[in-house]
This record gives sequence, structure tokens and C-alpha cells, in this order.
Amino acid sequence: MAHYLDHAATTPVRPGAVEAMLPVLTETYGNPSGAHRMARAANHLLDDARDTMATALGAEPGQIVFTGGGTEADSLAIRGTLDAAGGVAVCTAIEHHAVLDPIEYVGGRVVPVAPNGVIDLNALADALDESVTLVSVMLANNETGVIQPLDEVATVVREHAPAAVLHTDAVQALCWLDVAALAAEADLVSVSAHKFGGPKGVGALVVRDRAVLSPLLRGGGQERDRRGGTQNVPGIVAMATAAAETLAERPTAVPRVSALRDRLADGIRDAVDGVTESGVADRDRRHKTANLCHLCFAGVESEALLFLLERQEIMASAASSCASGAMDPSHVLAAMGVDRRLAAGSLRLSLGYSTTDADVDAALAAVPAAVGQIRAAG
Amino acid sequence: MARVMVGMSGGVDSSVAASLLVDAGHDVVGVTLKLWGGESDSGCCSVSDVDDARRVARRLGIEHYVFNFGEDFDRFVVDPYVADHEAGRTPNPCVECNRHIKFDKLIRRADALGFATIATGHHARVVDDAGVRRIARGADHAKDQSYVLHMLGQSQLARLLLPVGDMTKDDVRARAADLDLITATKPDSQDVCFIHSEGGRAAFLGDRIPLRPARLVDGDGAEVGSVTSVELVTIGQRRGLNLGGDGGRRYVVDIDRRAGVVTVGPREDLLVEHQPLHDVAWSHQPVDGALTFQCSAHGTPRGGTVTADAETGVGLIAWDEPQPRVAEGQSIAFYTGDRVVGGATAAHR
Repeated sequence: MAHYLDHAATTPVRPGAVEAMLPVLTETYGNPSGAHRMARAANHLLDDARDTMATALGAEPGQIVFTGGGTEADSLAIRGTLDAAGGVAVCTAIEHHAVLDPIEYVGGRVVPVAPNGVIDLNALADALDESVTLVSVMLANNETGVIQPLDEVATVVREHAPAAVLHTDAVQALCWLDVAALAAEADLVSVSAHKFGGPKGVGALVVRDRAVLSPLLRGGGQERDRRGGTQNVPGIVAMATAAAETLAERPTAVPRVSALRDRLADGIRDAVDGVTESGVADRDRRHKTANLCHLCFAGVESEALLFLLERQEIMASAASSCASGAMDPSHVLAAMGVDRRLAAGSLRLSLGYSTTDADVDAALAAVPAAVGQIRAAG
Repeated sequence: MARVMVGMSGGVDSSVAASLLVDAGHDVVGVTLKLWGGESDSGCCSVSDVDDARRVARRLGIEHYVFNFGEDFDRFVVDPYVADHEAGRTPNPCVECNRHIKFDKLIRRADALGFATIATGHHARVVDDAGVRRIARGADHAKDQSYVLHMLGQSQLARLLLPVGDMTKDDVRARAADLDLITATKPDSQDVCFIHSEGGRAAFLGDRIPLRPARLVDGDGAEVGSVTSVELVTIGQRRGLNLGGDGGRRYVVDIDRRAGVVTVGPREDLLVEHQPLHDVAWSHQPVDGALTFQCSAHGTPRGGTVTADAETGVGLIAWDEPQPRVAEGQSIAFYTGDRVVGGATAAHR
């Protein structure tokens, strides 16, 4: 049986979300933009989902824009702002490619982070001026789980770039953090359903009133002219159900998963020499999300490690995957100043709502053995 | 039955190689190497080739993995390729890829993962001559790739399978078609995998090093033309010089990069009695006496003998009859009959 420890890549869809979306596929299938009773029934589902997402994200229902996933939400925030306002975009060096690539594409500015993976607020201030119209700082990093201090970021942004809106990619955050509170100062907030037990291909962007966006997709006027195209009603319903379940479970899930993660990380570190835990000093993981265990093994190549772990039914990841499935070197670890050779031996074990003690036990047995086998061959 | 890691480029040869290994009852895993991240269309590691390899592996019922060896490929193949051109040498990137990537890095990866045997889709055979393993020419002489495998030694040959070496290309394609593999009608790969066919070498090198023009002169020093980039000119080259037809066939016989002068002349001016070598390596023991030497991927083998210093790898071919000089940097494979017994790199005269 597979031990799935790759929740930061994607999560199993919650049974409740599956149950919620099935009748939308077969019964409540009207087009929510239509004029008849079946259309209205679908639109009511969107209203309910919008209310749920607004509560989860600390926004008004009218500030929720449904998108085709986290990448689209990020692009809508970035391109939408720049298309409407012009100016310069700024982000951190550890953003997901969904933020980093569009900002680098338009020649934006990239701000460094400290070795623990937290944004350098002085460098941020230096990168800001009156020309900056968008600042994007993720809430939690997808490789290391390091949490960014958005309140402090917002203070710096308001002072040094008064014209800018603040965007946060909260795609990794909803399961583990109170996004409504932590991202309250952000004008734009991206989430993706499949990271919290919803289906793939659906997400949302919070657009608070300060933010003015030019749509990426025109036609149809859906989402108050901010995102054209018939809404993915089944996916949106499932996303909202997953979000509601996630929020209800969060008070118990965070300590439970955090304890599992600590047992996993501590156990591997106790069993293996030559291992470092990315961005963690003295095993203090309070600045990380509860689910992420990110390790670098000296003298090991990630691809070999993942291969052997898969043979032991452990499904894990290293850095970000490229389209071919090959592993690319991590820009996140590079930005944290991790030695390139050490970064080549990175392993991301990411836990989630469905992770059990048995999953952790399996990884605790498999990881030291695989590392040992690779080092013995080297 | 062995655990075999088969390199699958996404082409028809390695697809069929994998199918033969499965049929032989081996425990087979397919791997595609991602080597080049830049633009390319002629190569073997684009995303579409990875897709093809994955589809074939699925059809064959084997697991498929992608290994990113891009950093090593840059370091051992692409960077030296550029440096060689800059220094006036004529590199052989496919040979260097085999030497450093497929038959070193991949073998070490296979070791780490517990695979004693690796396989590729090369058209060549691994034979056992009384306990000594050799690369032998593939059954399809027109597609023979033994030349690019000349660097393999006993330790590598002991664990290498080349399943399509006994087949003709037509047989390979027919088998792929029988198995309904998506790669059955895919064209053969051409040229250097990391160079885009449109801009060619000139665009690739021009993005990385300064390319300088040169005058073309004949043996008397009279100017007969010019080239836009001396770095792209190779000893023995005849095509692409735009010399017109009046002077008979003329070849590049000398290149003075500093002065920006390329000398052309008749074929006789290229002929030499001896060819200096470096990096001479034997697949087993040094072989005295008559050998044949192949100096390019599909070149005609020429007769001669070779002497070499075992310590330094410096050597010399004595040709049976005068032969054209081999451009510095080119690989030369040594054969006894259809067996590869060693190889070397052409040195400056």
C-alpha cells in the first residue's frame, strides 16, 4: 500500500467533497448564468460556495473570484494588476514559479530571504518605491513550509510603496494556518482547491476593494467581469466543502500532524548522519507549517532517493518538478543559501489530513535505508 | 533474469530494446535522461520525447522514470563542446555524452539503485571473445554505432546489453509497428541533440563565444574567399567554403585562428603518413599489429598500426597508405575486424 507523503504536491480529495460534487455533475448541472430554474439552482450553489470561501479567507463574498486553480489566481493577481495599473512588480526569491515566472517575465524585482527562509524586510524596503504597484509575498513556502510575516510585510509596503497592492500566494496555507487572520492585510489572496482536499483545476482569488484588476479572460462577464467563462460549478462546490471541512478540523489537525511531522523529522535526523533540515535551527519548527519535513542529505542525489523510496511505497518529492517529471534544482534552497551540492540531495516529505502513524513509521524505516544504500554505492 | 535499467530516449531503437528485454524475462525499468534544458529540435530529450518514452514504457508494462542529468551534461558535454570550438578543435559531443553521461553517470545511478545491468538502443553488439568483452559492429552496417561506443572498457561492457544490435533498422521498425509503439515511425535523430536545426552551430556558438571571420587563401597565399566564423571551420572540410568550381576540389588544409587565415588546397595536401593521438585507451589489452581506424561516425575504416604510451595515453597511428589528417579533437575508434579494441582523440600535428 502506498504511503502518500506528498500532500504539498496535491491532496487526496476529501470524501465529503466528492459527495458534494457528484449531484452537481448529474442533477444541478444548469449553467449558473442562465435564466431558468435549473440555472438559478446552480447559481445558488455558487452563492453558497462563495460565502464559505469568503469565511475561510476572511473576505466578503463579493471579493471572491473563482479561477481555474492557483496558478491562474496568481496570474490574475499579477497580470491583472499590472495590466490595469502598469508599474513595477516585486516578489521574494522563494515564490512558487506561478508567481516568480510571471513577475520575472515582466522584469520585476526579486527580494532575497534570510537563511531560515524568511523574507529580508530591509531588502524589501530597498526594493520598493513609488513606481511599485504590486508586491507578492507567499504566506507559506511550498518546499520548506516557512511562514512569511505578512503583517510586517504589509507595514513595509504601505510605507515604502504606497501605490502598491499586496498579493499573497496562500496555496500551501489553508490546511495549517488561519489565512483569514494572517492574510488580513493582503489585498489579493490566492488559494487552490487541490491543496486542501478539493479537486484539481479550481481555485479562488480574494480581491479586496483596493485592488483593481484587468481580467485575463474576457467574455461572458462572469465573476463580476473579473474572470470570464462558465464557472466550474462541481469543482467550486467541492472546493467549498473541502474548505469548510478543513477549517472545522484545523484545530485538531494542526497539533496532530505537527506531532507526526516532528516524529518523522526527528527520527530521520536521529537515524542518519549528514542531514540538515532546511531553514530549521535547533529543531525549532515554529516558523513552519505543521505538515512539512524538508531535509537535505549530503552525498545523495534526490532522484535516486525518490526512486528507492518509491520501491518501498513511499511517495515523496524533492524540489519543484518540471513538466517532464525530472527534478530541477531548487531555487528556494538556492535563495536560502543552501550549498548547491547539499541541495541536490533534498527530500520533501509533506503530510496531510489523511497521514497516519503507519505512514510515518514506513518513512522512518525506508529513508535511512535508502540513504545508506545510495551512500554505500557512492 | 536480471534487473535491467534501460535508457529510453523516446526513439524507436530504445523502445524496441526495452521490449526485447521485457520479452527476455528481465525485471526492466525504463529511464529517460533529461540532458538539455535549452532550445532544441533535433535531440533526444525534449518533453515530447519524454512523453513518447513514457507511453512506450506503459505499453510494455514497465515503470518509467526521468533523471535530470542536465548539470553534468552542461559540464561534461556542452561546455567542452563550446571550449573546443573556441580553441580550434573539432569536438565529438555524442562520444563525450556516452563517456561521461550514459556510461558513467547512468551506471553509477544504476549502482546506487541496485541495477547490475544497463541497456541502450545503440546499433552495436556486445560480444564475448574468450572472456574478453568487445563492442562489435551492429548487424545493420548502415546504422552501426560502434564508433561512438569505442571508449567502453571491460567493467562497463560486463554490465551492458545492446538488444537491437543484432537487428536491422527495418527489423526494429517492423517490431515497433507490430507492438503498436508510438515511436514506430519516428524519424531517426539527426545531428547534435542540443543544437537547433534552424540556427545550427553558428547560432549556438555565436550566443556563447565571439565568432571571427577569416580569409581563405590557397597554398601560394593568394586570397580565394572568406568565411564568417573561423571557429566553425574544420581541417578536411570541403563543403560550405563557397569557392566556386574553377579550382577543382579544395579542402581546408590549415587554420591559423590568430591571424584569421584558412588555407585550402587539394586533397594531397591533407595526406599524412602518421596521425598523432592522445587519450589512447584500450577496451582490454593493447593490440599490436594491423588494425583499422574509423575517424568519424560513418567514415571508411583505414588500415594502419598504432603505438601508444600506456602512462600518458599519447600515441601515433602509422597509416598503411597516406591518409587525410584528422581534425584535432575528433574521436578515432580502433577495430580488429568488426570488433572495437580501443580508441583515442586526434591530437594536433
